[in-house]
Amino acid sequence: MNAPTPAAGLAASAPPAAAPDAVLEGAGLGFGYGVGDAVFRDVSLKVERREIVCLLGASGCGKSTLLRVLAGLESADAGAVRFLGQPLTSPHPRSALVFQQASLLPWLTVERNAAFGLDFTHQPRIAEAVRRARVASALAAVGLAGREKAWPAELSGGMAQRVALARALAREPELLFADEPFSALDAITRAEMQSLLVELVHRWHAAVLLVTHDIDEAILVADRILLMGGRPGGILAEWTVDIERPRSAAPEAVARLRLEILEALRRSSLR
Amino acid sequence: MDRLRSLLLPLSGLAAAALLWAAGTAWLAGVSPIAAAFSPLAALRAFEPLFGDSYIWTHIGVSLKRVAVGLAAALAVGVPLGILTGVSRRFASATGTLFQFLRMVSPLSWMPLAVMALGVGDAPVFFLLAFAALWPILLNTAAGVAQLDRNWLTLARSLSATRRETVLRVIVPGITAHILTGARLAIGIIWIILVPAEMLGVSAGLGYFILDTRDRLAYAELMAAILLIGFLGFLIDYGARRLHDRWLHQA
Ligand SMILES: Nc1ncnc2c1ncn2[C@@H]1O[C@H](COP(=O)(O)OP(=O)(O)OP(=O)(O)O)[C@@H](O)[C@H]1O
Ligand SMILES: [Mg+2]
Repeated sequence: MNAPTPAAGLAASAPPAAAPDAVLEGAGLGFGYGVGDAVFRDVSLKVERREIVCLLGASGCGKSTLLRVLAGLESADAGAVRFLGQPLTSPHPRSALVFQQASLLPWLTVERNAAFGLDFTHQPRIAEAVRRARVASALAAVGLAGREKAWPAELSGGMAQRVALARALAREPELLFADEPFSALDAITRAEMQSLLVELVHRWHAAVLLVTHDIDEAILVADRILLMGGRPGGILAEWTVDIERPRSAAPEAVARLRLEILEALRRSSLR
Repeated sequence: MDRLRSLLLPLSGLAAAALLWAAGTAWLAGVSPIAAAFSPLAALRAFEPLFGDSYIWTHIGVSLKRVAVGLAAALAVGVPLGILTGVSRRFASATGTLFQFLRMVSPLSWMPLAVMALGVGDAPVFFLLAFAALWPILLNTAAGVAQLDRNWLTLARSLSATRRETVLRVIVPGITAHILTGARLAIGIIWIILVPAEMLGVSAGLGYFILDTRDRLAYAELMAAILLIGFLGFLIDYGARRLHDRWLHQA
């Protein structure tokens, strides 16, 4: 694992031209809500193809806001976002979102929830048969084969979040944005979902930008961890996690990294 | 046993009212003999010719049709306006005061204007009923939009949904329960406005029938008609409530 890279170093260098293998690239991003103070300033980051990047930071430091800007849901006050090399102005069809709440539509069955949006005007045209096949394989992958006709009200929180994950996978995204997707689940379900997420994004060849305030989740899941903090927020440090998976098999390496990140987090909150 | 009791109490309330009614008319009959025609027994006896001649069915049919048309028109206007109020803050603040103002004017105040503008016949009645029913539908629809899960809207945006897709695939199904609540309240209001609205410029319907019995001095029939209006209103509300509950169980 690398030593933390000071964010100032990242920001000072000129933003590099979009490499062909970067899915997402934000350069010099700044954003504030209305007339208030900036939530973050001069944030630059990159997500490579098939890479799992965790954005870690204390509550309220602006992680969700940064995610919304990167996903094209809000437009930045400064800087630019590029998705697959193209400037991003609105959510890209090859990206998908998962929230803390499953937010299933209660009037649709599990199957229709997973298929939701695939037929929208601005989505890539796909044949009905392909659509069905995608939904079926996504539901099977999250372990919900056989529950296609169930209603959301009949599902547990973990099952609902599985449907939300299937809904994202069915779009075959290049990049999955996830904002604390497991923090509303109990510890056991959360651990299950964390390994399921890693397994599935590898199988789907997708990259992930995962927002979390749970250090253990970040270490368990991430290829790279970005620490966000400060006021206005910025990327304070970065770690590449090169611990072999499954990471639960390397408790010492995990513990060492955990201590290091915890220390950096503590220093960032003292600033 | 509980079932029996839950039926017994409402029935005893109704029986007590009937007794009071009988005692009142009996006492008044001592003062003025005409009051006997208003007694419960006379009213019950009047039901037989009412349904026997079957002309009351025509009046009931005409009135129910007006209820349906008024409700349909109110839904057609109220739901889109309610959605607009819910999604556009500018539209909401531009129209909020106006709507509160219009809502507080009794719909019946428009009756002379409606007759002048739309002529005698069904049209002004449709207008009055729809106008009265508009507000609960509009307000409930707007409240439904305000209570939508924000993540559903974010989800729609993340899918680059068009405005049309957002409205038809997320907002409308998401607020159906609220619309049904509004419709149920609207039906209650329509039923109350119906009778006075039918007292002007029409020649059929329950409101017309009330005036007709008065003009024919058929007071027993008048009382029977009042009972009938109450009973039909009760049935309609019961049906609307059942429909509403059914949707909620499904969703
Ligand atoms: N819609 C909004 N309007 C105005 N201010 C907002 C809005 N959303 C968030 N903020 C503010 O922006 C700051 C960053 O919020 P954000 O939700 O991005 O933080 P976060 O790191 O995701 O926090 P958490 O871990 O609690 O989810 C906070 O101070 C918050 O009050
Ligand atoms: Mg957040």
